[in-house]
Amino acid sequence: LAKKAKEQKMGNLVEEYFEAHSSSKVLTSDRTLQKLRKRRLTQQTLRDLLKNAPVAYAAEIRDLNQQHESLFSKWMLQLHLGFNIVLYGLGSKRDLLEKFRTSLLQDSVHLVVNGYFPSITVRSILNSITEEVLDHIGTFRSPLDQLEFITKRFKEDSSLELYVLIHNLDSQMLRGERSQQILAQLSSLPSIYLIASIDHINAPLMWDQAKLSLYNWLWYETTTFNPYVEETSYENSLLVQQTGSLALSSLMHVLHSLTLNARGIFRLLAQHQLEKKDNPSYPGLSFQDFYQQCREAFLVNSDLTLRAQLTEFRDHKLIRTKRGADGVEYLLIPVDDSTLTDFLEKEDEDV
Amino acid sequence: QQIQEDLNKQLLENLVSFLSRSHSNFQEKTTEWTCRMKFREIPTAALVLGVNVTDHDLTFRGLSDVLQDNITPYVALLEAKDCPGTKNLMQKLMGQLMNCDIDVDSLEDEDCVQVSRNKIRCSMSSLISWYESVKKKTDSETPSKKRNSSSRHWQSPPIVVIFKDMESFTTKVLQEFIVISSQHIHELPLVLIFGIATSPMIIHRLLPHSVSSLLCIELFQSLSCKEHLSTIIDKLLLTSQFPFKLGEKVLQVLINIFLYHDFSVQNFIKGFQLCIVEHFYSQPLSVLCCQVEDIKKRAYSLSHDQCENIRRLPSFRRHVEKQESGKQVALLTNDSFLKEETVKLLEDLHVYHENYVSILRCLHVFTSSLPKYPLGKQIRELHCACLENRVWETEEYESSLQLARMLNKTDLVNMLQQCVEILMSSSGREFDKTAEKLKEFLTQFQNLEAEASQEQDVSVSSQKELQKKTDLYHLQKTLLELKESRRPKKLTKFEMLRFEVVDYIDSLVRKYLVPAEDRTLHEIVYFNTANVLRGHLNAAPRTALHTALNNPHWYLKNQALKCDGGGISNKAPDICIVYKLHLECGRLINLVDWLEAFSTVVMAAEEPNADAASSDQVDDTIHARFIRAVSELELLGFIKPSKQKTDHVARLTWGGC
Repeated sequence: LAKKAKEQKMGNLVEEYFEAHSSSKVLTSDRTLQKLRKRRLTQQTLRDLLKNAPVAYAAEIRDLNQQHESLFSKWMLQLHLGFNIVLYGLGSKRDLLEKFRTSLLQDSVHLVVNGYFPSITVRSILNSITEEVLDHIGTFRSPLDQLEFITKRFKEDSSLELYVLIHNLDSQMLRGERSQQILAQLSSLPSIYLIASIDHINAPLMWDQAKLSLYNWLWYETTTFNPYVEETSYENSLLVQQTGSLALSSLMHVLHSLTLNARGIFRLLAQHQLEKKDNPSYPGLSFQDFYQQCREAFLVNSDLTLRAQLTEFRDHKLIRTKRGADGVEYLLIPVDDSTLTDFLEKEDEDV
Repeated sequence: QQIQEDLNKQLLENLVSFLSRSHSNFQEKTTEWTCRMKFREIPTAALVLGVNVTDHDLTFRGLSDVLQDNITPYVALLEAKDCPGTKNLMQKLMGQLMNCDIDVDSLEDEDCVQVSRNKIRCSMSSLISWYESVKKKTDSETPSKKRNSSSRHWQSPPIVVIFKDMESFTTKVLQEFIVISSQHIHELPLVLIFGIATSPMIIHRLLPHSVSSLLCIELFQSLSCKEHLSTIIDKLLLTSQFPFKLGEKVLQVLINIFLYHDFSVQNFIKGFQLCIVEHFYSQPLSVLCCQVEDIKKRAYSLSHDQCENIRRLPSFRRHVEKQESGKQVALLTNDSFLKEETVKLLEDLHVYHENYVSILRCLHVFTSSLPKYPLGKQIRELHCACLENRVWETEEYESSLQLARMLNKTDLVNMLQQCVEILMSSSGREFDKTAEKLKEFLTQFQNLEAEASQEQDVSVSSQKELQKKTDLYHLQKTLLELKESRRPKKLTKFEMLRFEVVDYIDSLVRKYLVPAEDRTLHEIVYFNTANVLRGHLNAAPRTALHTALNNPHWYLKNQALKCDGGGISNKAPDICIVYKLHLECGRLINLVDWLEAFSTVVMAAEEPNADAASSDQVDDTIHARFIRAVSELELLGFIKPSKQKTDHVARLTWGGC
């Protein structure tokens, strides 16, 4: 009977999948964040706001963590028996691992890898092993060579022991096939003990049979409900102002350092773009037209000066040029319309 | 812990020796074949090894050792991950061959080897000229090396290259390597060995005809992993050698992982190891889990607390309840008396194990030949059934006994003989009598056989009579007579005996195959917490996340979080609320609507204590909390930013999970 129920459930799951993906048309409202008339929060203000927000259920969470902490000595034993430990569950496991480190690994050689750090690579992990643990100065041609060197050293010298703690083994940078392969081989060395944490729901997909057997995982569920503070600080969310794309503050900043004429040029272009914002096929302002308008406003005196100015804009990523079907160069400002409106309003205030 | 490590070591050694033994047969064959194959195109051995990739390491290591020992050659083991390109492959190959060289003739011409090693280093440093140097290496150096080593050896030894995982090599590299080496086959006798996980078809799929025609392939099959499993279970669990035993549920979990997930013997062993660790870590009385000789010593050195622990065991309580009152008091209060009793009980347990195993084997002999295998074909299934509950109460056992009553004689005799052998080999002294009894049965059967042959003579003669008579009526009559006369007389004797035997076996089963849980103090040697094991070996991170997000009450024991199934409790942690709201959406989610829904829910929770005056401040805070929750969901992989529409995110999961 249980089997039948299970089958039924499976069938439902499958149906649900196709239901979710059947219609290509998705019905959602067209509202956007722009219309919310609300300034976007910056990373800093976000952090401040969250600091003030009370943490719910602090007592329960503490209980939960204490429960996990009681397992520490067991972990040590199992690490020494050749298993590696992987932690999963909801909530940041960073504090837990830190606590493990401070309470048990204080006197031994250990390496902490912050997997969520966006510029971490396997090579940097290997480098820190060779340079700091093994005191070897020198470069290697490939990570594989480096790995071989490490393996050899650890095999020769049985007194060497290394604890490796990896926060977020499944992060963007480390989830690649090759990095996982190298880490797996590293962890299979008997005198290297690995504790890692994973968060992504599909994290186990990155390991195949061979890697799993190299890793020799023991799974521990450690649901902590701790907020992912460090981890998400690097995760660019839609709602947070992104430093990569152009934002109002940076726009203002750049333009304030320009000459009056240059600002005028940019204003002209922005105004033109706003006028045409309802036309979806608007290709941008062609260079010739723009030159004409700038001349009329006494902003430039020659083709060359305008071109130099535009090059400066382009270097600051304030404008983008696009060649149209007829071979004419079109100029566009790659900024949201609303930001542009805000910008013009501010500009008016200043003047 | 000391004991435990000892146990571990013992266990692993046993396993390794067993594995190498089981492979040796297969390796012998391959070795022989490599010796035979010389001076042909490129002789290639394809080893079909099955999907349990993780176990192959041992096989290959053993193989290369055997090859190296037995006269033959320089062996290089290549793995796909080391050889993304032909260059790496050649380098790896050369490096390994050089090392082999050094291993084999460590004293002689050290300088020559040194030079060649230097050359490798050089070629590595000069990246630009790598291709030339690789070519040079292959062209000039290896033949020369071959020549000078062959002069020392009695014949030119072939160079064996083992490709561990054929499937994961890139086709181009393999093809190039084969073509290159086929050009030099006259100066450089190469032998390739492919380790294949799937089927030999893969060779033809990976290599085009022009390349595979350069090879001279011979196929070798290795043992299937199921056979490995049954031997391992045989060697590990069904011996009295190891004091540590697995409970039924745990064994079931391990076997399930093996059969339904990975077919990997190594993982099975890992699971077993984990069981040992867990057992010795969690069970305070596991000190007593040791060989018979040590029991006494350890039992008498128990502390008072440990004695209390023994008293607390459920099986021991049952035992106490069965005793008369005077003894009960003594058991519960007097430590030294308790210790004596414990020693006795533990020794009983050991005897029970010994008897159990041999009777189990006997029963297996019987049941494994029955049609449809009501009790299972493998001995492990029988073992599980016996551990689970009283085996004679199950339906399967009933039906198998019925089937056994219908066995024919030759089979029965065979089985009895096997049983006698098993019982004779077992060390338990109790079985002398049983074996005697069975032997008696056997002789009776032999007598029966003699009688039967006599009767056969009779019947033959009667048949002769039949042939004489041509009259139809008479024929019918005699046939009827014959039938009547034969049936009751002849079959009864045999059948009686048969029933007797089956009943006897039945009684044996009832006596010895009592499930372990009914024994006193079974907790000391049996490990039975299957869910711990399953959690550590076969975890389900998704389920954990789902429960944590769906009903946080499960983890955070707070009264406020308790709520009925589908609804959204507004007191749940932020991320749970956001998750629940996201579950209600389709494939794309509008961030604004999501935010508004979230703030509605959260506002409802804060309404009682928050003033409307500070609504702007609250709003910002809610916004920030929402952002945090959304980015956490993104980190967890439930959603990802979508470019299909502005300010939308795409859901990556479907349905309610």
